[in-house]
Amino acid sequence: MRRPRIGEASELDLMAVGFLLPSVLYVVVMFIYPFLYGIWVSVHPLKVPGFSLANYIAFFSDEYQYKTVGITFRLAVPNTVVVVALSLFLAYNMRRGIWLERTITTILVLPISLGVILLGQGILGFYGGKGWLNQMLLALGVLEEPLVLTHNYIGVMLSLFMQQFPFCFLMLLGYISGIDPSIENSARTLGAGPWTVFQRIMLPLIAPGLAIAFALVFVMSFATFPSAILLGQPSGATRTIAIAAYAQAFEQFDMPYASAIAVIMGLFQLAALLIIIVLRQRMVLAATMGVGKR
Amino acid sequence: MKETIDSLRFRITKRFGAKTVLRDFALEARGRQFITFLGPSGCGKSTALNIVAGLLPATDGEVWIDGERIDHQPPEKRRFGMVFQNYALFPHMTVFANIAFGLQLQRRPAAEVAERVRQMLDLVQLPGFEGRYPAQLSGGQQQRIAIARALILHPRLLLLDEPLSNLDAKLRIEMRAEIKRLHTSLGLTSIYVTHDQTEALSLSDWVVVMRDGLLVQAGPPQEIHDHPVSVFVADFMGFRNFFPVQVTAAGADGSVEAAGNGMKLRGKARQAFAPGASVVAAIRPDDVVIGGDAGRGNAFRAQVDIVEYLGREDEVIVTLEAGRRLWVRTAARLARGENVTVMLPPEKVIFLAAETAPA
Repeated sequence: MRRPRIGEASELDLMAVGFLLPSVLYVVVMFIYPFLYGIWVSVHPLKVPGFSLANYIAFFSDEYQYKTVGITFRLAVPNTVVVVALSLFLAYNMRRGIWLERTITTILVLPISLGVILLGQGILGFYGGKGWLNQMLLALGVLEEPLVLTHNYIGVMLSLFMQQFPFCFLMLLGYISGIDPSIENSARTLGAGPWTVFQRIMLPLIAPGLAIAFALVFVMSFATFPSAILLGQPSGATRTIAIAAYAQAFEQFDMPYASAIAVIMGLFQLAALLIIIVLRQRMVLAATMGVGKR
Repeated sequence: MKETIDSLRFRITKRFGAKTVLRDFALEARGRQFITFLGPSGCGKSTALNIVAGLLPATDGEVWIDGERIDHQPPEKRRFGMVFQNYALFPHMTVFANIAFGLQLQRRPAAEVAERVRQMLDLVQLPGFEGRYPAQLSGGQQQRIAIARALILHPRLLLLDEPLSNLDAKLRIEMRAEIKRLHTSLGLTSIYVTHDQTEALSLSDWVVVMRDGLLVQAGPPQEIHDHPVSVFVADFMGFRNFFPVQVTAAGADGSVEAAGNGMKLRGKARQAFAPGASVVAAIRPDDVVIGGDAGRGNAFRAQVDIVEYLGREDEVIVTLEAGRRLWVRTAARLARGENVTVMLPPEKVIFLAAETAPA
């Protein structure tokens, strides 16, 4: 990059600031201010005057509250692992294109565009106690009692999977099919079978994309709220941390406590992201050593 | 392990949906030859190479090496080496790991692997590059590493898919000589795919010219260069001037006289043409002579239209009296608008069966 000469600098900076101003303003008003305000509110509890960490202490000393963290992890981690693993498997096998690819992709995109509520209603109608699946299985005599697939842990998992699988799959498909096929072809001619090619050549090249997919799916799963309410047991088995925050804010009307819970949730997400990014950094290091000259 | 082959034979047909990419494309060749598939893009030459490599299944056909049918073997079992247009190095591995990849899969001792990688780097003239990553190398260096990676396994057949087309002109000539040197000194059998006739002529023992999935002519480079069998091959081999004419007389020695478009031409043909047959007369720009007597055979008056300076020579387009354009390569410095006489030496004019002349 060219260094601005003396005398030129102020003019250049003014221009840059001028162009940046609208977007900076937008980010400040829409994100940074509410975010900082939330943190500020969370350390000014209703019952204690002035600065206090009472809300944070209250959260971690009340089992009913702090166990929501475990509940959320128990939903988010398995869901992320299943979604990413299945997406990887399918996307890898579809990397050279398959029959009816466009149709399949369209079907997969539909759930994303429909939104969580409609999807949730659909799941209730199909998998619910009186849903089509149970009615059919009962009528066929396969079952004596209907399967309980909704209003519990399974229901939330189903919903999360259906929302996030298409997104993750399409992301990985784009990533994997962007890898030059002659790379794996050359490995084949050098004596590597399909599994060796996957393990030694393709997986290291896919790893950075896989890490990003893992991070995004995890963060989305961790913040789950509508699925946990519509298809779960919002007062018991699927009382996620987001529900805990909502309950404090709109049932107990304790905004500071709700904000504290939201901040705690954000910190957990941030910690998970950091771990994934550090791992990714290590994996990518070798792949992109000294990029520059081509 | 046997490192050379005695014969290679195949006949393949390939269809993608309704489109036939290769139609009974067949070859029979001895070992230790340098064979080139030459043709414009989309003629099926790379598809044929990929089928020989086992990277694509043939729709129909067979591939034989030394009496063994190999078309059902997966690529990793064929013991071929392949070099790709875009180098296809493993970007996450060092030069050492790239070249050693094949040997390590065979679980050779580390000392042997290290020694052979070193020998390979010497062979491709990049000693000491073990620790670099592909992204730190220039295109020419990457292609040398790709060649080393393929050669370290002593492949019984080396397949090269337009290996030079991503390099700049100077490097291309350098690498061309390099490939020829390796092929000869290692006694390899190679199949080379290209759309560049200079590469095909300079490297090959046997050139296979392809068009629309069909073999149109195969033979030694001199044969293809001097005696193209069709207007298509002639065009590919640098004949730029094509004149549709009718045969007026044909001699038993292959000499042909023809007329048409206000021109009378004498030349030679490999095919027997009957008087009255529609044929195409062809001549290379470098074979046209400036000067001569316009009254005599094969000489015409013309006016200079365009002069392109190429250094030693000029590329000139002249318009003949009869109205046809003629490309000429000449060291005579002509000027635009100048009136000249051009002579088409009869031994340089060839007659080919008429087909749609290239524009």
